[in-house]
Amino acid sequence: MTVGIRNPGTAGQPRRRPAVPNGLYRAGLSVAALVFVALLVAFVVDLVVQARPAFAHFGFSFITGTQWNPVTAHYGALPFIVGTLETTVIAMVLAIPIGLGAALSLSHLLPSRTRAVIGTAVEMLAAIPSVVYGLWGLLVLAPWARTVIEPAVAFVFGHRGPGGGSEIGVGLLLAGLILFVMVLPTMVAISRDVLAAVPTEQIEGALALGATKGQVLSRVVIPHARAGILGAITLATGRALGETMAVTMVIGNTPAITHSLFGTTATMASIIANQFTEATEPFHLASLIAIAVLLLVVAALVNVAARMLVRSVGRSVSAIAVA
Amino acid sequence: MRLGKRSGSVAALKVAAVGAASMVFALPLTGAGAVSVNHSSGPPVALTGAGSTFDQPFFTLGFYQYNKKINSNVTVTYASIGSGGGQQQIESNTVNFGATDVPMLTADLAKATAGTIVQVPVDLGGEAISYNVSSLPQGLHLTGTVLAEIYLGQITNWDDPALRALNPKVSFPNQAITVVHRADGSGTSYAFTNYLSDVNSTWSSKVGVGKTVAWPVGVGGQGNEGVAGLVADTPGAIGYVELDYALVNHFKYFAMQNLRGKWILPTLTSVADDAALHPHVSSTDFAIDDLGGPTKLAEAAYPIDTYSWLAIYEDQTNATTATAMVDLFEWMTHSGGQKYAKSLDYVPLPAAVQATAQKALQEILGPNGKPLLTKAAIAKYGK
Repeated sequence: MTVGIRNPGTAGQPRRRPAVPNGLYRAGLSVAALVFVALLVAFVVDLVVQARPAFAHFGFSFITGTQWNPVTAHYGALPFIVGTLETTVIAMVLAIPIGLGAALSLSHLLPSRTRAVIGTAVEMLAAIPSVVYGLWGLLVLAPWARTVIEPAVAFVFGHRGPGGGSEIGVGLLLAGLILFVMVLPTMVAISRDVLAAVPTEQIEGALALGATKGQVLSRVVIPHARAGILGAITLATGRALGETMAVTMVIGNTPAITHSLFGTTATMASIIANQFTEATEPFHLASLIAIAVLLLVVAALVNVAARMLVRSVGRSVSAIAVA
Repeated sequence: MRLGKRSGSVAALKVAAVGAASMVFALPLTGAGAVSVNHSSGPPVALTGAGSTFDQPFFTLGFYQYNKKINSNVTVTYASIGSGGGQQQIESNTVNFGATDVPMLTADLAKATAGTIVQVPVDLGGEAISYNVSSLPQGLHLTGTVLAEIYLGQITNWDDPALRALNPKVSFPNQAITVVHRADGSGTSYAFTNYLSDVNSTWSSKVGVGKTVAWPVGVGGQGNEGVAGLVADTPGAIGYVELDYALVNHFKYFAMQNLRGKWILPTLTSVADDAALHPHVSSTDFAIDDLGGPTKLAEAAYPIDTYSWLAIYEDQTNATTATAMVDLFEWMTHSGGQKYAKSLDYVPLPAAVQATAQKALQEILGPNGKPLLTKAAIAKYGK
């Protein structure tokens, strides 16, 4: 939750020292905030400058091209953009309902002792380094995916479309599953806090009017916390878009678009991680940096989309209230 | 082994082994007393280097032993940031030496800011073509052409006529082949694709040679350990790894057909034989292709292997530092240092290549324009 500090020192508490003048106070804090803007600008400028050779040479086809061939120096980023979006969608489709369900039970349904235990577990999940998730995915989850998940998915969809391709464990589905596990703590921890902050009076009021527990949650608690929940979704999506190490270890690293859940592909972050250290050709390096620029753009677009969503949801909810 | 990145668990084990070795050596030395005085010469010198991850285990152990046994005044800091990083660092002259799995080519050398760069072969490794098919025995026969067809996606099943023809007594399962390759840029891939280009014209025209190529089929693993992990976990997989990864993981691997038609397993000896066929290897002619040479060596040679290289400026500005550096690398590239390379499953440099390394080191000049490698050092290490 945000707390606005607009006018420090005017409240009615006793004061010993003279207050810092408001102007100075504001200026000092603004400088701290501007550091972020300066860093972001410096990042973008530096990346764009270094990526220019790639954009200048390939033009728009850098974004639409599907070939990534360091031998012939043909670089197109589309497979990585698609791979990034595919893995993120799989992760979020799982993480939003499960994360929200967990957050609701942690904030309103479970007995407090159980909440403490599960809450600690969630926070510990958040503290596990991503390389550990990657190893676990490669050594434990991949064999399991190959022998259990993939045959099950193929049984449902048949060996075509999302169930096509060979069942080898690593690939799009596994990367999405690992990302789901990795973003879940972010989802749960933030939504739990905003859900718990819903005023008790409102809940009690709804209960007094005869609402069931389910009605209280869906009509009072969730609408009240919607902005915070969307914030949680935005943060979790951001993490899923940019996660590098664990995804690189389980996605199969094929620079091609896949239409199958079992297909191997690559993401923007994983291709950079894989090829940056040995990229000695200038075009190769510029193209990798250009992908970093695109990743930044995609992340920014997702952020903007989430903000617009928050606004439109806010509007529709108030419209309902008026009606 | 080649150039690849020897990082991860095996590297960690090796580093741990180096640490353990240091304790073992430290005790007797301390007991003898005043050893450090006997083994120090010249003023204290701190060298810095950067580059190949493949070299790191050898460098860690070799630099440590040099400091303990030869000259305790010389310490080396090596950053294993990858060959590309090593090349950039030496180009901008921020380190004393760079290390790279594929030698710097003309375009790279042109970017050097402090003059001409001399490249010195420093270690050598072989690659094992490993497979994970439980019903198949170790040491199946394979030719380079068929290997290329598998990596091109033309052969997709283990029960393929081409494989059956090479191994008539073996019964192959009807199982899909999962091709595994490196996902990161690496010298291991360079040597592998270089070999495939030599033996298969379709590969050379469609895919080509590189540290990273557009693989027609397959799954990418990060580092040798990533490829090894995928091969170990995926029934039906085939993958190329540095030899010691195949040994440590108890993989099955192919006996490859060399140019003389013999079926050869990768071993320290068969890789050394192959390297010895090409005594005139240099930074411009560095591929160890199996192209002839004395019959006995040629028949025993294993065809997929490669060197890693040091990159050092020819004209050195600090005589003290540079003298210590060439002395160190003369030791590293000869029997003194190479025996530690062997203990880590690198293939010791053949005598002819040791001579090549020495010749390159002699090209490194001090501020006065004279070679820095002393006759004493050559006499002492250069056998």
